[in-house]
Amino acid sequence: MIHLPVIPAAKDRDFQLPENPPTEDYHEILDELERDGEIIVQRVPEPYIEVKTKFGRIKKIPVEKTWHHKSCGQCGHIPGYSTSIFWLNRQLGLDYMDPKDQTSCTAWNYYASATSNPEAQAAVAIRNFATAYETGYYPLIHCGTSFGHYKEVRQALIHYPELRDKVRKIMAKLGKKLVIPEEIVHYSEWVYAMRDRIKERQVVDMSQITATVHPACHYHKLIEEDAIYTPEIYGAQRTAIITGVLQELGINVADYSTWFDCCGFGFRHILVSRDFSRSFSVQRKIEVMMEEANPDITVTHDTGCVTTLDQSQFAAKAHGKKVGLPVLSDSQIAALAMGAHPYKVLQMHWHNTDNTRFLAKLGLDPDEKWREFEASVARLQDGSKQYLTWEDVE
Amino acid sequence: MGLDLSTRQYDKVPYEEKERLFEEVKADMRYQDHALYGCYECGICVAACPSARFYDFSPRVIAQAAAREDVDLMYILMNDSIWDCSQCFSCDRCPRHNSPGMLITIMREVAVRNGLGTAKEALEGYGRIIYKIMSTGTQVSPDMLQPNAFPDWGGHVHDIAENLDVWRRALPPETLHTTETGWEVSDKTIIELYLIWHMTGVMDMIEEIDEGLYDILVDVMEERLEEAGYDDVSF
Repeated sequence: MIHLPVIPAAKDRDFQLPENPPTEDYHEILDELERDGEIIVQRVPEPYIEVKTKFGRIKKIPVEKTWHHKSCGQCGHIPGYSTSIFWLNRQLGLDYMDPKDQTSCTAWNYYASATSNPEAQAAVAIRNFATAYETGYYPLIHCGTSFGHYKEVRQALIHYPELRDKVRKIMAKLGKKLVIPEEIVHYSEWVYAMRDRIKERQVVDMSQITATVHPACHYHKLIEEDAIYTPEIYGAQRTAIITGVLQELGINVADYSTWFDCCGFGFRHILVSRDFSRSFSVQRKIEVMMEEANPDITVTHDTGCVTTLDQSQFAAKAHGKKVGLPVLSDSQIAALAMGAHPYKVLQMHWHNTDNTRFLAKLGLDPDEKWREFEASVARLQDGSKQYLTWEDVE
Repeated sequence: MGLDLSTRQYDKVPYEEKERLFEEVKADMRYQDHALYGCYECGICVAACPSARFYDFSPRVIAQAAAREDVDLMYILMNDSIWDCSQCFSCDRCPRHNSPGMLITIMREVAVRNGLGTAKEALEGYGRIIYKIMSTGTQVSPDMLQPNAFPDWGGHVHDIAENLDVWRRALPPETLHTTETGWEVSDKTIIELYLIWHMTGVMDMIEEIDEGLYDILVDVMEERLEEAGYDDVSF
């Protein structure tokens, strides 16, 4: 008779970090390259908050003096996403910079069309990093794809001397240095690290809300090494960000079976082949969430995921699909919890799926809030103001 | 229709040409170091792949074709399969630490650099996006939200297009008042971006894939570069 070992169910197992992380420590390689005079490492400014990544290493998350590397998809099509990140910084009294000398990472185009190459992609990344370094502010990356791609660029630069040589020469022509940040930090990591301070300022009760979470592929799959994990959340079997923030705010985070699946964005597909994006996001994500968890909202942390999950639901209605689930980012939820205006700050009118029931469940009157926004817009239309400013929305 | 893995449709392409393209894939510095270590044929990459659920597409077939150095099959896949990939990198959970997603990135670059007809077909309609990112430094702009471009996104796109100017001016961050770019990008930054495209051979790739787009970009860039004092930059 063969005696097989009895293995407890996954929910009863304790998470054990490996004694030796299975991946190289990029911190050590960056330090070595700096000692050799090959690169400049921009250090995370103090004060910072320490968190743990997938294999138990420490990652430093800057609290302030952040250089906001904006996302073209967020700024262009869902501008309340980035506005909420800035609003949180302002409400928490933190010093930050919103630069005009930043380009997109250009990775959306790269993953969509391949009309670029490693040298160009690395040069675009390092030009942005070097520009941030010159200001003394530290890069905080808004887009999940920028975050993932910059980790790819870091990996390539630390392994290929010939790539470093090429990029160094290009930077010399631009009058810049080859600078690599000590940590590549995604904004949602900052929201996660700041969750206790956000909780302290929470004014909207969210305890009656049930949410599902979609972690972005390019956050936790593309160079998995430096995404945040903690045994307290999912037993460290999934990344802790978003969920950690929502739970801190009192939201019930409900599980669903296709949590690992992509949103269906596809880069090329969302722009010129949306039959794939629509079908996948509705059938593998939204409908599964609705059937298994019946949430009030789904929360994610990347440009493409918010876009695809939200915009795909309109056409699916015509096919009788079970849709109608509002989609927001963690930055918007955190801002809403702290009392941000749903239209003046969160800019929820740029989102597609009806979110008025969600607002009403929070005790906010969507009609009244919309009238307030329209009154502000009327001042722009009648010429009494050219722009709304932070003072108008704080 | 499913993916035709027989070699019939590409019989007339000389084996040497297929081999040359595969050698170009293998010569990429990322190929041996990070993209491909071997294959257990376990299918985990396929199970995690969104494109495999929708198309007749398999990251496993691509990894195996590369590992076996099957020149004919790699040519078929480079033409008829790689553009279905979502580039989400869900396949990176491979227990052999392969990255079929990265392998496909490399294959796509080779397809573009060599101006394959199937790459041109796959990127039809995508030229305006390439133009936007290369000429402005931001890829997605508010003015792209037009009902004729996104009819399946419903009436809310119409609302945004109709109110675009005033809704952008209602955004509190001053960098976001733009309509033609995602945010305000300084002239100096745009010039630096153009120099990067020029110095890294990206313009040559664009010429291979879309000559008309290349000509338009050259016009835009040359004028701005000349104004900035870069007269010696030739495309």
